[in-house]
Amino acid sequence: MFALVKKLLIFLLIVIIPNLLIAEERKFNLGKIATKTEIAGWDIDVRPDGLGAPIGSGSAIIGEEVYAEQCASCHGDFGEGLDRWPELVGGEDSLDTHDPVKTTGSYWPYASTMYDYIYRAMPFGVAQSLTHDETYQVVAYLLYMNEIIEEDFILNDKNIGKIKMPNVEGFLMPDPRPDIANISGNPCMKNCNSPTKIIGKARDIDVTPEEEKS
Amino acid sequence: MVKNIQCLEKCLFLKLLGFALGKNKNKKIRLNRRQLLVGTASLSAIALTSKISNSQETNPNNLPPNVPEWTSELGVGVDANPYGMPSEFENNVIRRNVEWLTASTESSVNFTPIQDLEGIVTPNGLCFERHHGGVSVINPRDYRLMINGLVDREMIFTLDDLKRFPQTNKFYFLECAANGGMEWKGSQLNGCQYTFGMVHNVQYTGVKLSDLILETGLKSKAKWVLAEGSDSSGMTRSIPIEKILDDCVIAWAMNGEALRPEQGYPARLVVPGWEGNMWVKWLRRLEFGDMPYMTREETSKYTDLLPDGKARMFTWVMDAKSVVTSPSPEKSILHKGIHQLRGLAWSGRGKIKRVDVSLDGGKNWQTAKLHDPVMSKSLARFTLPFEWNGQELLVQSRAIDETNYVQPTINELQKLRGVNSIYHNNSIATWKVNKDGTVDNVRLG
Repeated sequence: MFALVKKLLIFLLIVIIPNLLIAEERKFNLGKIATKTEIAGWDIDVRPDGLGAPIGSGSAIIGEEVYAEQCASCHGDFGEGLDRWPELVGGEDSLDTHDPVKTTGSYWPYASTMYDYIYRAMPFGVAQSLTHDETYQVVAYLLYMNEIIEEDFILNDKNIGKIKMPNVEGFLMPDPRPDIANISGNPCMKNCNSPTKIIGKARDIDVTPEEEKS
Repeated sequence: MVKNIQCLEKCLFLKLLGFALGKNKNKKIRLNRRQLLVGTASLSAIALTSKISNSQETNPNNLPPNVPEWTSELGVGVDANPYGMPSEFENNVIRRNVEWLTASTESSVNFTPIQDLEGIVTPNGLCFERHHGGVSVINPRDYRLMINGLVDREMIFTLDDLKRFPQTNKFYFLECAANGGMEWKGSQLNGCQYTFGMVHNVQYTGVKLSDLILETGLKSKAKWVLAEGSDSSGMTRSIPIEKILDDCVIAWAMNGEALRPEQGYPARLVVPGWEGNMWVKWLRRLEFGDMPYMTREETSKYTDLLPDGKARMFTWVMDAKSVVTSPSPEKSILHKGIHQLRGLAWSGRGKIKRVDVSLDGGKNWQTAKLHDPVMSKSLARFTLPFEWNGQELLVQSRAIDETNYVQPTINELQKLRGVNSIYHNNSIATWKVNKDGTVDNVRLG
């Protein structure tokens, strides 16, 4: 008898009461609680501090093979980019020039972003097909090609948040806009000092698509 | 009569040319009024305009006192078009892309033909597209929205669940941060569509995120939200919690019907006034966290490089902007006399307060008429009547929003940000109306 009461009490405590509490807090009682397994399958993002990095590891040595097989057909053997596909390597000291080259090495501030993006979106058209180890290998290879880590460095979930990228200090926050002069709402209306000399014409550059050029 | 015969000859000539060109039906032929307008149209000009020209040429048999065939014959019945399409004579009003811009069409952009639209509503099929991994096709029964991270209850919602929440119905513009991005260094593309067409404006039906999180609860440490798409690019952006709770919406309908597949069917994020990239389509997950996630789209892309090599990050708001849609490079002036200049203005900071128009390159301005309704973070329509007597014009428009922000010139933006920042070019454009009525995109300096 006592055992039955105890069981009932435990049932009340563990199952009924928490559910009642939850139901009370939820305003509309819509949707369902997500299970750990469901979340694990979709929660693939990796943060700069390494939070979310899945267990795994890889070095540039093996990464070179994975890269050659999975990435080089678009990005080139050395990350130089083919046709209009983006280059991934080089571009250092180019950001303040007339033709900046923004690569993982010259521009990307965090190695975590490389992991996150490559795993979620690459290879283009075969998203989320690399294993976690393969992804670490490819990231390691790109970091090595950009002279950020050594060839035998083992990149893993513990150290990806500690890789220091060359351009990590290259970004400015917060947004300084409105950065323009006139936020008074009263611009000049008559005889304004405005240049009216034509210095360029799109027609002369001639890159506008003509759909039926004969 | 002589005139009619000339026309018939010309029409026949055009028809023959059209036949020759019409072999490839996939190729869209665009009316090029520039060439039409030039009296002595060259052969290539006629070729360019063949298909549409057929509809532009007047058939005297349809004019008074004759009775046209659409009067003497019955038209099609109500079962002919279960889902109606625009008139066949409007087949030049289409989205267009620039092939050389990107490596593949799956990760690319096309442009809204704003020069052909009236009012402020963008028809669903003309809303520009920007994908990073093509258009996902999702059966709504298989749609799930996951909410996880710093919430009291990590949850999953079906589309039906979302539709049972209190709903909101609001108009918002969506503009790509790179709209006008090709124009930083100079006037490059000779079209209103190509230089301003990465914008659209529709009415969204959805649930406010501030209502949705009543269901999941929110931990006090939650400061950022990662919005994630389920498309092949797994599009992800970090959004501060203040914005999420202020006016962000998960929308399932646009302009009264379900979202179009290319706009994120069955559900997308709406981030009013902020750059289009954040409006994640095919939305599958919102993760609440205590710091930004620094995704590829907010580090490598959508950051604004300055001349000193530093880049602005998290530049979300779309500043006030306007454009004259007619006259414009695609909209030549065809007649002397009275015309209605028309254009669009918008601001991510609120309502448009005023739009000024200049016909002399910014020396003198007059205030245009703003048409109701003028809504916050929505396109606004303006018009201004003007006379044209064959003189050259330098047409500009300048938007002022309710925060008193005045749309800047390109020279001012270049001085502040250089020419390599790609994004957030909201400067005043100049259309030069030539003596023959054709219009050019030009840069003044």
